[in-house]
Amino acid sequence: MPQPNVLILRAPGTNCDQETGYAFDLAGGNSSFVHINQLIEAPEMVRDYQILCLPGGFSYGDDIAAGRILASQMQSRLADVLAEFHSSGKLILGICNGFQILIKSGFLLPSDDQGLPATLTWNDSGRFVDCWVNLKTDNEKCVFLNNIDQMYLPIAHAEGKFVPRNEQVLNQLKGNHQLALSYCLANGSDDDVVYPHNPNGSTANVAGVCDTTGRIFGLMPHPERFIDPTHHPRWTREGNSAAGDGLALFQNAINFFNN
Amino acid sequence: MVDSVTNTTTSSDESPTTQGQETTTLWQVDIFPVAGQPNRLSAEVLDNARDLRVDESLEVIAARGFLIQGPLTHQDLARLTSELLVEPVVERCEFALVGSDSLSQPIGNLTNLLNVLPLPGVTDPQAESALMAMRHLGFPVDVVRTFKKFWTSSLSESDQNLLHSKILCNDSIEMIVVGKLELDELQLGQKYEFSKQDIPLTDLSDEALMKISQDWTLSLSLIEMHTIRDHFEKLGRAPTDIELESIAQTWSEHCSHKTLAGRISYRDENGERQFENMLKETIFSATMQIRSDLGESDWCVSVFKDNAGIVEFDDSYNIAFKVETHNRPSALEPYGGANTGIGGVIRDTLGTGLGAKPICNTDVFCFASPDTPFEELPPGVMHPRRIMKGVVSGVRDYGNRMGIPTVNGAVFFDERYVGNPLVFCGNVGLIPKEKSFKEVQPNDLIVSIGGKTGRDGIHGATFSSAELTESSDITSGGAVQIGNAITEKMLMDVLLIARDRELYSSVTDCGAGGYSSAVGEMGEEIGAEVWLDRVPLKYDGLSYTEIWISEAQERMVFAIPESNWEQFESLCASESVEATVIGQFKPTGQLVLKFGDETVGDVSMSMLHDGRPPIIREATYQPVPASDIPSFEFKTTAQWTTDLCKILASPNVASKHWIIRQYDHEVQGGSVIKPLVGIQNDGPGDAAVVRPVLESRRGLAVSCGMNPLYGDLDTYHMATSAIDEAIRNCVSVGADPTRIAILDNFCWGYTDRPETLGSLVRAAIACQDLSVVLQTPFISGKDSLHNEFSYTDEAGSRQTISIPSTLLISAMGQVPDVANCVTMDLKEAGNVLFQIGVTGDHLGGSHWNLVNHLSGGKVPTVVPERAKQTFIQLHKAIQKGLVRSCHDMSEGGLAVAVAEMAFAGGLGAKITTNEVGIEIIPSDPDSQIELSYATAALLFAESNTRFVVEIAPENVEPFKAAMGDIDVQELGTVISEPNLTIEVASNTVIQSDLMTLKNAWLGTLDWK
Repeated sequence: MPQPNVLILRAPGTNCDQETGYAFDLAGGNSSFVHINQLIEAPEMVRDYQILCLPGGFSYGDDIAAGRILASQMQSRLADVLAEFHSSGKLILGICNGFQILIKSGFLLPSDDQGLPATLTWNDSGRFVDCWVNLKTDNEKCVFLNNIDQMYLPIAHAEGKFVPRNEQVLNQLKGNHQLALSYCLANGSDDDVVYPHNPNGSTANVAGVCDTTGRIFGLMPHPERFIDPTHHPRWTREGNSAAGDGLALFQNAINFFNN
Repeated sequence: MVDSVTNTTTSSDESPTTQGQETTTLWQVDIFPVAGQPNRLSAEVLDNARDLRVDESLEVIAARGFLIQGPLTHQDLARLTSELLVEPVVERCEFALVGSDSLSQPIGNLTNLLNVLPLPGVTDPQAESALMAMRHLGFPVDVVRTFKKFWTSSLSESDQNLLHSKILCNDSIEMIVVGKLELDELQLGQKYEFSKQDIPLTDLSDEALMKISQDWTLSLSLIEMHTIRDHFEKLGRAPTDIELESIAQTWSEHCSHKTLAGRISYRDENGERQFENMLKETIFSATMQIRSDLGESDWCVSVFKDNAGIVEFDDSYNIAFKVETHNRPSALEPYGGANTGIGGVIRDTLGTGLGAKPICNTDVFCFASPDTPFEELPPGVMHPRRIMKGVVSGVRDYGNRMGIPTVNGAVFFDERYVGNPLVFCGNVGLIPKEKSFKEVQPNDLIVSIGGKTGRDGIHGATFSSAELTESSDITSGGAVQIGNAITEKMLMDVLLIARDRELYSSVTDCGAGGYSSAVGEMGEEIGAEVWLDRVPLKYDGLSYTEIWISEAQERMVFAIPESNWEQFESLCASESVEATVIGQFKPTGQLVLKFGDETVGDVSMSMLHDGRPPIIREATYQPVPASDIPSFEFKTTAQWTTDLCKILASPNVASKHWIIRQYDHEVQGGSVIKPLVGIQNDGPGDAAVVRPVLESRRGLAVSCGMNPLYGDLDTYHMATSAIDEAIRNCVSVGADPTRIAILDNFCWGYTDRPETLGSLVRAAIACQDLSVVLQTPFISGKDSLHNEFSYTDEAGSRQTISIPSTLLISAMGQVPDVANCVTMDLKEAGNVLFQIGVTGDHLGGSHWNLVNHLSGGKVPTVVPERAKQTFIQLHKAIQKGLVRSCHDMSEGGLAVAVAEMAFAGGLGAKITTNEVGIEIIPSDPDSQIELSYATAALLFAESNTRFVVEIAPENVEPFKAAMGDIDVQELGTVISEPNLTIEVASNTVIQSDLMTLKNAWLGTLDWK
């Protein structure tokens, strides 16, 4: 099986592209960095890839709201080609800003007659925060989280609070196993997960969401920032693990095509 | 949603794609959070109002908004708001034509309406992005501006004024409109009428010459004005305005460092010393000596000549490091000042060699206490808490957006920074070895890329060389800039691609002095002709001189061979970066400035760069007489423990997590040691370590040292202590002391006073002395002089506050293999604790003095050879894996170091100072006070070159062997109980549970 090709999408303000590409390559992929202008000019190029990744950063400065401008650009210029990409069984991953873009473009959770079912908005603290969080998965559907139960990863964002339109939306997503990743306590418990364990005030502690097929996944934490044992904030006291928790997520994406 | 007020010229059914409107309309969109979502903007105002003690009954409802101008219909606005401007689920909006009554209906009992808009010409990144996005969607939008809108309850007139001037609006960048917004159109600038201005200088009196210097904010001295007059008399013509400005920019303190690189006659207790070029003969000369001592193993690459210093890193890469200050802009507009400070220093490394890739930031600030009572502030000064919040946000928003981890920093508080805060911004860049040098070639095109040019920051270079006063915020409005990080990020992306495609021969940043400095420097050896009318402008109306000296942000200048221009231009276009040819490096030796066909300036490069008359200054240093032991009460155990808590809680020592957590310190994926470490990820690490090359195990450590309080006693020892501290921090985490490069940043008061300049020269001599012995080279540096604030007090007399002499030393270390890095948190009960180094009675300038309001005592000194050996031996021990944790001893001495290690590790410690010798001779061994002072010194002295280390029992002997001749004293053991006990002379003098200590440390700056 050839190495799956990964398209790492760059836009003005994208800034986690290099390390995300490195993580995919380490997991066995073959990453290319493509600027949004290039993709809009020749959208059919996406057919050469198996995985599309929207990495973290501040696309267009997160001006107006996080991810909003790139989301609007993708919606108006790339909707068809991305729908085709997805329906042909390929994978789409959005990390941090990429998650914000996937949510706000409606690619991840499509609009209904009342508009978008959910959004990611300002952290309860009103500030950007960089810290590590414990996460647990519902991996019934999400192919990126296959065989992963718990992870410890860093977050770094200002607008990561997941807000569904209402209880009904939330229950439906939960029932569909789309609330794939959530903040929890170190022991895996989700009783009373408050700040800083839930770092932004997300409803139902949601940290990542997948679509109904499990092949589009967006998450606020940064798996590419924990692929090396020395990324762990306490490696000097707890000793080195073999690899960082985040690497498995990239391996799952690659193995999806290799198995 | 509010319906649009009927507009006779608008038919609401037309969409932009079918038929554009003929008539331009101006729409206003107000955006509110939906019910149940927090209104963050209101909360922030209420928060600040509480700080300023505005009437507690104040109620506020705030909205953010956009003003949108263009031939747009109601339906267009409906689409724009729902598809772009208003967040789904959490926001709602109201829109109508500007001036519509529907937009100014009181909300409940909130009847006061205030609108805050950026002043015309002030950078508005949100609006720029929104405009671009609207056009992408196909809407014919001409201009966009953002604004904020506040409904407030009624207030007294004084509270109202406070709200307007101190909370809602900073009048150096914003304006306030009370009541309904009524605007016909958003100003787009005015057409510029060209007229060339000559400034005759012949026959002018000295007063008249100085008036020209002042009126034009040239900051030129009389002798300099004479030199310029004489030069143009010889040419037989008057200078033009742009020629005068070019000379003023090039000769400014900011650009030429004329004071410190000038002739100085220095006198201190050791006699006299004459300098032709003070910096060159001290700090620079030390580096030259080290390089020659090292011979073949010299690892410096480029020092003191490019925008940043460069040293070797590994076989493929070098690293560049630069730290800049942005003090005056930050005093006027903290957010914009800090924002553009970090933006500027990033361009420095980008503009080093053929371009270094920025890999981490460091930021150090000096403020007055955030608890300063509002009534005690001098007039015209912003509250330090507001300055600090603004500065931190400015650094955060720029650094995070650039995708550069901010990994190191420090904050120092002293009341003397009240009118003149200091903001140091630093950046490290990674550069391929073969890209470390550049050379402009004759006939290369002069190409500007990145941001457009506006009136931003005009006279920044000359303004930053002058003193601040209470009216600075009025006279220097143009000096304030706001950055747009994404413009710079885009610029950085294309720069690195173009570098690797070898498309240009040289590059530099546009910083202070704008094009005038950038082109002037690049063309120094060749000559240049600049076509000012081709420069892309933000708005019409700029004169040729304004274009030339504007300090608009996010611009860089390239020298591009004509044959590469097409390729370079298309690369820029593919990433939506604007690139413009603005001239050519013509080999004439002249700087020729043209606007259309008119030549507006023609000065020789030699006049610009070598024509400045030398400044000769006097500098004297009078040592502060040594003082006796301060008188203080004999202390009980409870009191010593209280002292420890007070020092832990003092703002310089207290946890900076409120700041650190707002910075992305992990982007780029190379984080090894984070700024906060330990069992709960919240202990104070000594230095951060990153792996800049993801495929490699080699690490880079960044740290700093600074202690202005020592400078009050002796700036020589302040300087050596700062160097020692910066190196200690680096060595503590595992950096190789033979591969540490350092930078100096001198921020001083008014150096025209011989004694102020003398204290600086003394510090520079100290830098020279110590760096040579340690073989630690200075590779770059920067100074900021005249940091004083003047105002008239209530009694009508003129007051001046000078900052304490402040020398920041920044260190960049290298870790051969990050697997050997060490952190400061205690690791395991049963391990043995040692102190490395010698304790003296160095309580002068200490934090123990500070919290006890004592003065006097001896300033910490450095024993250079001992320091060198200590660093080398400790590094050996760390490399051998013998050290489980290591923490440098600085503010608060032994007690603070051990306390921090304990609570960071969640483990207790039981130690005694029995083995710790103390280098003091009590004049009277029976004196209770002297014994008590000895206890204070053992616990809290800030003697240099000391560390506390934790060693596993089985490694104690190998550790001692590795340390060789270096003084190592056993302190005690790590225990599992969460308590800290310290015994001095068999008496328990400190006893506390860790929670108490940690809470003291965490609480002071734990802002919401």
